[in-house]
Amino acid sequence: MGALGNASPPDIIEFQGTTKRFPGVLALDRIDLVIRRGEVHVLVGQNGAGKSTLVKLLCGLFAPDEGRILLEGEPYAPRSTLAAIRAGIRVVFQEFNLLPYLTVAENIFFQRLPRRAGLVDFGRLFRDAEAMLDQVGLEISPRARVETLGVAQTQLLEIAKALSTQSKVLILDEPTATLTPPEIHRLFEIIARLKARGVTILYISHRLQEVFDVGDRITVLRNGRKVETLSAGEASIPRIVKLMVGKEMGEEYPFQPELRVGAELLRVEDLRPRGRQHAVSFALHRGELLGVAGLVGSGRTEAVRAVFGADTRESGRIYRDGQEVSIRSPRDAVQSGICLLTEDRKAQGLILAMPCYANVTITNLGRVSHAGLLHGGAERSATQELVDELHIQTPSVEQLVGNLSGGNQQKTVIAKWLFRRSEVLIFDEPTRGIDVGARFEIYQLLWRLAAAGKGILIVSSDLPELMGICHRILVFSNGRITGDLPRDQFSQERILACAYHEYVQGRPRAGSPGAPAPG
Amino acid sequence: MRAKRILYLLLREAGIGLALVLLALVFAAVAPRFASVTNVTNILTQISINTVIAVGMTFVILLGGIDLSVGSVLALATIVGGLIITSETLSPGVAILLSVAGSTLVGCLCGLFNGVVCERWKIHSFIVTLGMLNIARGAALQISNSRTIFSFPDSFNEVGAATIFGVPIIFLMALGVVLAGRFILNRTVYGRMIYAIGNNEEAVRLSGHAPSLYKVAAFTLCGGMVGLAAIMYMMRLNIASPILGVGFELNAIAAVVIGGTSMSGGKGSMMGTLLGASIMGVLSNGLLLLGMGDFARQMVTGLIIVVAVIIDKYRAQALMRSSFQLEPARPGAGKGTGGAP
Repeated sequence: MGALGNASPPDIIEFQGTTKRFPGVLALDRIDLVIRRGEVHVLVGQNGAGKSTLVKLLCGLFAPDEGRILLEGEPYAPRSTLAAIRAGIRVVFQEFNLLPYLTVAENIFFQRLPRRAGLVDFGRLFRDAEAMLDQVGLEISPRARVETLGVAQTQLLEIAKALSTQSKVLILDEPTATLTPPEIHRLFEIIARLKARGVTILYISHRLQEVFDVGDRITVLRNGRKVETLSAGEASIPRIVKLMVGKEMGEEYPFQPELRVGAELLRVEDLRPRGRQHAVSFALHRGELLGVAGLVGSGRTEAVRAVFGADTRESGRIYRDGQEVSIRSPRDAVQSGICLLTEDRKAQGLILAMPCYANVTITNLGRVSHAGLLHGGAERSATQELVDELHIQTPSVEQLVGNLSGGNQQKTVIAKWLFRRSEVLIFDEPTRGIDVGARFEIYQLLWRLAAAGKGILIVSSDLPELMGICHRILVFSNGRITGDLPRDQFSQERILACAYHEYVQGRPRAGSPGAPAPG
Repeated sequence: MRAKRILYLLLREAGIGLALVLLALVFAAVAPRFASVTNVTNILTQISINTVIAVGMTFVILLGGIDLSVGSVLALATIVGGLIITSETLSPGVAILLSVAGSTLVGCLCGLFNGVVCERWKIHSFIVTLGMLNIARGAALQISNSRTIFSFPDSFNEVGAATIFGVPIIFLMALGVVLAGRFILNRTVYGRMIYAIGNNEEAVRLSGHAPSLYKVAAFTLCGGMVGLAAIMYMMRLNIASPILGVGFELNAIAAVVIGGTSMSGGKGSMMGTLLGASIMGVLSNGLLLLGMGDFARQMVTGLIIVVAVIIDKYRAQALMRSSFQLEPARPGAGKGTGGAP
């Protein structure tokens, strides 16, 4: 456990028996943890392990119930985030805290805009902002409004903002969740540069591979306790997973190769999403798990949303079981047995303030009502069946969905579409923000659904995940499909080559090396 | 600490019902005539019309919208109803029936207009119903030549004054409307959709529904309630006038909000609305009995609305805290990752 031995100058942060309780939950249980000056310290653990609580103690949102925190050897008890920032501790959260209608520069320097005679000195503001943007290698105009930026740019902007105050400790909470590989690479470069400048970094991630790319030491938390701190050299993915879950998980993606692909379930021809230049065509079969890879912004999400009718499309025909169907709204899609599990569960997939059963039955209230009158008993028993089948952990079907953990929320979304008896399930980033244990359960669920004859389309930015669970992968690049790879041709290099194809070539050309023609 | 918990529990369980009882007790103690049968009957009659309008308003506000046109639409509906009921070519019985139908239909059509414009062009209902507020008022003045219509059939006027076991029929009608509204919200597919859309419209759309249809229906329903309220108004006052109903929208919104319905939608109940309307009625009546003038009463009523919303905020917090305490801890399933506020 936490060895506090070194006699060298005081460590930058030290937790001493720190405990934090919430009513009914012991969020942190006597944590002893040392974070050394200038290191990249990675925190891993399943959802609910206590990572976020730890971060919130550091940034002044919570105060510990027992024990204490030392900052450079001195007791540290910030009363607000502002106090934490003044002490040199800065957090980049998963949710962005930016003002969308203001410019990039105003956002970076929001708390202390340069002034001249009481007015904002815009000349200096933009110059200073430019310098901050250079630091993180972000090539955008400081005059651009934040709402016009992409997710990755916004993420880097948050980091630039955090750096604008002289931070001693920078805490990054899931910084790569929305980034593509080259952006992640750039982020790691920035982290290396910061480290060279002596900044200490506390890094939180679900993506275990990153731990080795970026971390010096790794601390594993489980159920509010510190399990172990390892150096990057002594750690390995199986070992970390074992520490996180407390048991052997075996292989991370144990693919079950019993592929019995059946008849064509869905065919999309010349589908051109609104605002896109190119059309795509593809088909999905019964029993098939079809992955969709590509960079963020390559048109993957737009394509699946257009199939579902969530956004309008310029052109395209959609066939279900060989019959052309007219899909102009999600309502049409649902009636044709197609469903979409959106990327953003909380905002688009669920009604957080309503109970579990209401979220499940909303896709087909006709099944639990008669002449417009709801049958409460039928609703609850039907939901209970799905809760049991999908192993959704909830005290009862009356529980508000907002109180469930991320993995159980995702299962609730799946349950609502199973309640509708949908045949084509389109998942957009099904495991984002979900911990390892729950991920694995979701993969098993996907295989079970496929085995039951459903067709499953999975959009994901996590390549190992797609390669681990899919029968076939489509690769999107700049709005086109540049790769259609069967399982025996899966390789990271191959997929990435396809994903970058249209960006590298500049002008699209068919039949170039490294990528098969569009499927 | 203990006192605080008891206060939380009271707020959570009793809420505004408790406030109403306390208010009534205070008035009964200080204003001798407050608790008399005549006065209670009087209050029941006075709150009836606002209650019916507020029921319609509850549907709209639960969907995150608002209807500012109800006062003007009420005036227009009384004019249409009044013209039909005083028509000399019809026998009294037929005239009454047609008047009720006409008035309700006018209300529904105005609501339909509100709903369709809001949804077809995606304009906030605040603006659209502000327009309808003027349209309906203008139409009422135009159609009636800005004259008041009176001398309705006696049988019609009598209903407005009649009581059953001392309870005004007009209040029983309002109670019926509240119970019907409650049934719709709690027991029907339509009610479920209203709560769902009010909470998260995009999630409902992506679940394969067309939220617009439900919203248009809610505005139409609200208009229909206003048409019904117009008939009750005519029964009670025995006149129809194009200048009736000024400021009614604010009373209805106040009743809904005091009743605990969230202005951003998705949370609230019909019983709350009835209690909200009752609190306003009791307050206005009680202060009058204490000899307070119109202007001062208006100020107090305004203050109460603000206080009610503040209390409701604490109530929401109390609900959250107590639900935390009631929930058993479940590793993995609970809210470990800093889920606490």
